[in-house]
Amino acid sequence: MRKMLSLLLFSVLVTMGVSAWSAEKTLKLGVIAELTGDMPAVGTSCKNAAELAVKEINAAGGLQVGKEKMKVELVVEDNAGKADQSAAAAQKLITQDEVLAIVGPNASRYAIPASEIAESSETVLITPWSTNPKTTLDANTNQPKKYVFRACFIDPFQGGVLAKFALENLKAKKAAVLYDVASDYNKGIAEVFKTNYEKLGGKIVAFETYTTNDKDFSAQLTKIKDAKPDVIFLPNYYSEVPLQVQQAKRLGITTPFIGSDSWGSAELLKLGGAELNGYYFSTHYAADNAAPVAKKFITDYEKAYGAKPDDVAALTYDAFGLLFNSIKAAGKADREAIRASLSTLPSYKGVTGDMKFQADSRDPIKSAVILKIKDGQFTYFTNANP
Amino acid sequence: MVYWLQQMLNALQLGSIYALIALGYTMVYGILTMINFAHGDVFMVGAFFCFLAATYLGLPFVPTLLLTMIGAALVGVLLERLAYKPLRNAPRVSAIITALGLGLFLENFTLALAPYPKHIPPLLENVTWDMGGVSLSSLQVLIIFLSLGLMFLLDYVVHRTPVGMAMRAISWDKTFVPLMGIPVDLIISVTFAIGAGLAGAAGVMYALAYPVIDPYMGIMVGWKAFISAVVGGIGNIRGAMIGAFILGGVEIMVTAFFPSTYRDFVAFTLLLLLIVVRPYGILGKPRTQKV
Repeated sequence: MRKMLSLLLFSVLVTMGVSAWSAEKTLKLGVIAELTGDMPAVGTSCKNAAELAVKEINAAGGLQVGKEKMKVELVVEDNAGKADQSAAAAQKLITQDEVLAIVGPNASRYAIPASEIAESSETVLITPWSTNPKTTLDANTNQPKKYVFRACFIDPFQGGVLAKFALENLKAKKAAVLYDVASDYNKGIAEVFKTNYEKLGGKIVAFETYTTNDKDFSAQLTKIKDAKPDVIFLPNYYSEVPLQVQQAKRLGITTPFIGSDSWGSAELLKLGGAELNGYYFSTHYAADNAAPVAKKFITDYEKAYGAKPDDVAALTYDAFGLLFNSIKAAGKADREAIRASLSTLPSYKGVTGDMKFQADSRDPIKSAVILKIKDGQFTYFTNANP
Repeated sequence: MVYWLQQMLNALQLGSIYALIALGYTMVYGILTMINFAHGDVFMVGAFFCFLAATYLGLPFVPTLLLTMIGAALVGVLLERLAYKPLRNAPRVSAIITALGLGLFLENFTLALAPYPKHIPPLLENVTWDMGGVSLSSLQVLIIFLSLGLMFLLDYVVHRTPVGMAMRAISWDKTFVPLMGIPVDLIISVTFAIGAGLAGAAGVMYALAYPVIDPYMGIMVGWKAFISAVVGGIGNIRGAMIGAFILGGVEIMVTAFFPSTYRDFVAFTLLLLLIVVRPYGILGKPRTQKV
């Protein structure tokens, strides 16, 4: 009996040893995505692009870390479209799954709480799509966070681009804004747009708000109609914009609408249909006017998932590109080493353009594009800089 | 002037939808003195039935509306038979917890089947008339008149038919009414069916007016309808309608007067004050507790 027991113990020890040995060969990376909740299309794009990036690197034999090649293992967490679950997911990935670095969440109202956890646990977090400046800034000191990076431009930049576009390309002297006051992203960019638009000589005639999950905007839109703007800015998420446009049209509003990068999901076209034709929005990249580097990604993504990658997918892919390059440059699988090499990474050629982190900033310098919705398709309109 | 007329129209549309849902809360409370917190989610299920009928069966408006109302009524009866009936003599708190649980079940069941928000195709050709600056859409006219029609029909059923008389009798006294030969279980099921059917109709109209639907849409609307029912005097059908139009009106007018951020804050403060002045609601009567 005792012999059998010791044999059993021995075999258990051996298997544990084997699994520990094989675990050394893999790198664990975490993803936090909005897979359920009010923007599942965003989370799905993020997850798809992450899996594609990891599949590619593993198909090539793994990632070169120092002298050996390591396979990458992905741990995907759903934040259910909730701020508290975003923080909990970050906590779980860092302490329980012991990932080396995290990509996501995407929307600013989820990325900000998750970034606090990553910062205090000293783990690199790259958010692909969160454009609110607060994501990478420490709330107390207003200095850049040490461990939080992003793969996209920030709202002060985007707001400036849109203000200039409304005034110069659309010749709109009076603008109205309708935005979700309970959401970090929407509120941030609405305010930046207002400041920039007024600085450039435009006039904001209505600055109206609502709260997340509202469906009836008739009172606000009636107010906007009464103010007679030349253009209406809707910096809101893809599931809300179609409702706002439809209700505006029913109230007899014929003013053109413009939007920001939160419009960029193919779901917007499904929900809004022909009602959105002829409107413009700013975003990170144009699938129909992409650089050669991006072409391969777009074909691979289409082959794998049967849809064109939206901006979230492209930015997630770039976030993984940044991460892979920095791990390679660091030469070892260590959280602190990754942070150091990421902040000093030379210019990275991504799907959404070239990006490089400035010395004392976690926000890459990039340019924006303006897309036009034409015949139910996103089409490239112009490159934009404020 | 034009501006105010437009805002009044907006308020009427919103109030009509709240009213149809508030009726379900008030009817169930009237008969069982129980608050059916799953009712807002029955409304959501109604909107999804409308989506299924319109998208997969390709039905036009009238069959969609009828099918949705029947479907929602069945859901209402099922909830009552499977979840509430076994608890009819249990403590009131157990029934309320069950209702909350059922609401969560309906939300997450729908979420599991349809995680993405769904778009409802336009079932009716929408025409917008411009009358001296006031825009009136055919959809608004339909919503307001259909809701009013259904409310008057319900009022007639409750006050002028034998079924209605039985409902009122049960609400008056549950112990002795069965002795008069009234099938209590059947009447309670009918009440749930009517309440849920109206919520289904509200779901269709909501889906037409705000054609992006998701599994969580019933929560906030359900709360607002519940508040309407309380303001009007819970248990009282006409009160629920009045309460709903008041809430719709207050919400729209607050947004029209103040920055829209203050909407819920000001609207609910006003409603709280109203409850302080009339604790039983506008048309509610104090109930004497029988010992």
